[in-house]
Amino acid sequence: MSHSAPHIQTPDGTVKAILKALGKYLVSIEETNHEVAVHIHRDALVECMIRLRDDCEYQQLMEIAGVDWPERDPRFEIVYCLLSLTKNHRIRVHLTTNDDEPVPSVTGIWPVAGWLEREVFDMYGVLFSGNADLRRILTDYGFSGHPQRKDFPLSGYVELRYSEEEKRVKYEPVQLAQDFRNFDFLSPWEGADYVLPGDEKSNEVATQQATPKTTDVAKQTGAGKDANKEAVKRTVRKPKVTGDKA
Amino acid sequence: MSMQQDLAPTTGDEVIQNYTINFGPQHPAAHGVLRLVMELDGEIVERLDPHIGLLHRGTEKLIEYKTYLQALPYFDRLDYASPMAMEHSYVLAVEKLLDLEVPLRAQYLRVLFAELTRIKNHTLNIAHHIIDVGAMTPPLWLYEIREDIMAFYERASGARMHAAWFRPGGVHQDVPLKLLTDIAEWLDDRMPRLFEDAMSLVVDNRIFKQRNVDIAIVSKEDAIKWGFSGPMIRGAGIPWDIRKSQPYDVYDRMEFDIPVGTRGDCYDRFMVRVEEVRQSVRIMKQCLQQMPDGPVCSDDRKVAPPKRAEMKQSMEALIHHFKLYTEGFKVPAGSVYVATESPKGEFGVYLVADGSNRPYRCKIRPTAFSHLQAMDFMSRGHMLADTTAILGALDIVFGECDR
Repeated sequence: MSHSAPHIQTPDGTVKAILKALGKYLVSIEETNHEVAVHIHRDALVECMIRLRDDCEYQQLMEIAGVDWPERDPRFEIVYCLLSLTKNHRIRVHLTTNDDEPVPSVTGIWPVAGWLEREVFDMYGVLFSGNADLRRILTDYGFSGHPQRKDFPLSGYVELRYSEEEKRVKYEPVQLAQDFRNFDFLSPWEGADYVLPGDEKSNEVATQQATPKTTDVAKQTGAGKDANKEAVKRTVRKPKVTGDKA
Repeated sequence: MSMQQDLAPTTGDEVIQNYTINFGPQHPAAHGVLRLVMELDGEIVERLDPHIGLLHRGTEKLIEYKTYLQALPYFDRLDYASPMAMEHSYVLAVEKLLDLEVPLRAQYLRVLFAELTRIKNHTLNIAHHIIDVGAMTPPLWLYEIREDIMAFYERASGARMHAAWFRPGGVHQDVPLKLLTDIAEWLDDRMPRLFEDAMSLVVDNRIFKQRNVDIAIVSKEDAIKWGFSGPMIRGAGIPWDIRKSQPYDVYDRMEFDIPVGTRGDCYDRFMVRVEEVRQSVRIMKQCLQQMPDGPVCSDDRKVAPPKRAEMKQSMEALIHHFKLYTEGFKVPAGSVYVATESPKGEFGVYLVADGSNRPYRCKIRPTAFSHLQAMDFMSRGHMLADTTAILGALDIVFGECDR
């Protein structure tokens, strides 16, 4: 181990003990970056957590983190970080869910989960069944949307200012003086897709060439009497007043 | 209580009911923008609902749009009372994903400044705790210490608060030798003199004890259930310190003691912090004695930028510098949860990398979340005036709580 992050020795037989304790509820278990990650079924969460706490001595729930993977099918990943004070070890418990499938709450096992679940709900819109107090926690009163979702824009939708005329604070749609600049640092050799603004048609042309357009008569070219009339109509305009009126 | 009063009105037909008050969001004892909705029966707190999020700035969302290096300064702005301790978790998480080795001198410098930060944080918290329960002089003396530390910060990083000095791979710049000798002198003389003077006024003070002893007792079981960490769990009597049990950087070479409380009340939590300041002084002295010479940042040019002087001579160095400050470095896909012992408790970073130059997800585990949540059960049955003592002993900073 060459990095200097907190050194956590996974005690011998930890993985085996977890395998034994969780049994059929377990989806997979892996050890990457010197950390044990346990993937379980969503519905068996409470049972798994009780077994992990009582049989495997993971007494403390330190954190519940949500991760949004829009391209995956159960879109959200919920990560529970557990700490064992007696074994001096940490594990992570992962499960997946959608925004319409609630996750069982673990507030009955660890009361600290109350706010942690509220935060995940606030940020991702994941519901926790059994959490008696599932209000928003970090965002403003009356906020709508779930800001940590990947499809929520960084700037949000509304901005807040004090209106001198109305003598109150009011919400307005966000107006950016400059477009948000999001640079793509992928190497052109690694599949970067450069789209020049205004050059979106460059791809369409390539697809249209597969079925070339044929012109048999003059009308089909777009030329002729009608076209001439149209052209004259467009070019004759009223003279425009330029410069200052004063 | 309220039921009885409903049945037995006091004078005339007037019925005394529980009433609800707002404590904050603009209240000097709220330690920032905390709104406590309190239900009181007379002066007894029946229920307490902390409303947080008034300082939410979307740090985690912003980090997802920044490179790994650009994300670092956001951490200073989390717990602005202990900026470098916040950076510490993040740089360790990035290094763990990269499996990057940090030169020994950089590890010592980080521990030295992490402990300096601990003193900075604890002097602030101790001062505010004291001022919240009514004393004035000790905070002024403790602020002298803080001011000194900010000057040290400035000499090391150029900034008094938001240092951005810890970097993945080491620290940004080496410190001048004079700074180290000045810190050593300060630790020998000025710092203990100021600190012990201030403490002599409060630790055995009768009024201070009356306001803190037996207030908000937390049992060991509760401390575990509510996810306590840092001085809060040690105050409850559990000798748990990540610096000792899961040492990072060079903490495994340091000798220090972990103070624990005996009763788990506000006074214990206060005294744990007081003793931790003394232990931090001990650790810093060891750091200064043992610190070797050498590089202060990794020589992996794909992560750490080259020296300025090197860039004047070497084309390769110039390219690396340009690439690092535009594109940044890429971190292999994976996820880690790295927690360090910040002055307030376990400060964790759950970092998910997707192999690009930006974090896919950076979940920050604030210490305040679990502590503030427990305030409801800690305050129940106590007087309104005790909530300031309880809040003071929790050590909350809203930059970190709300993120």
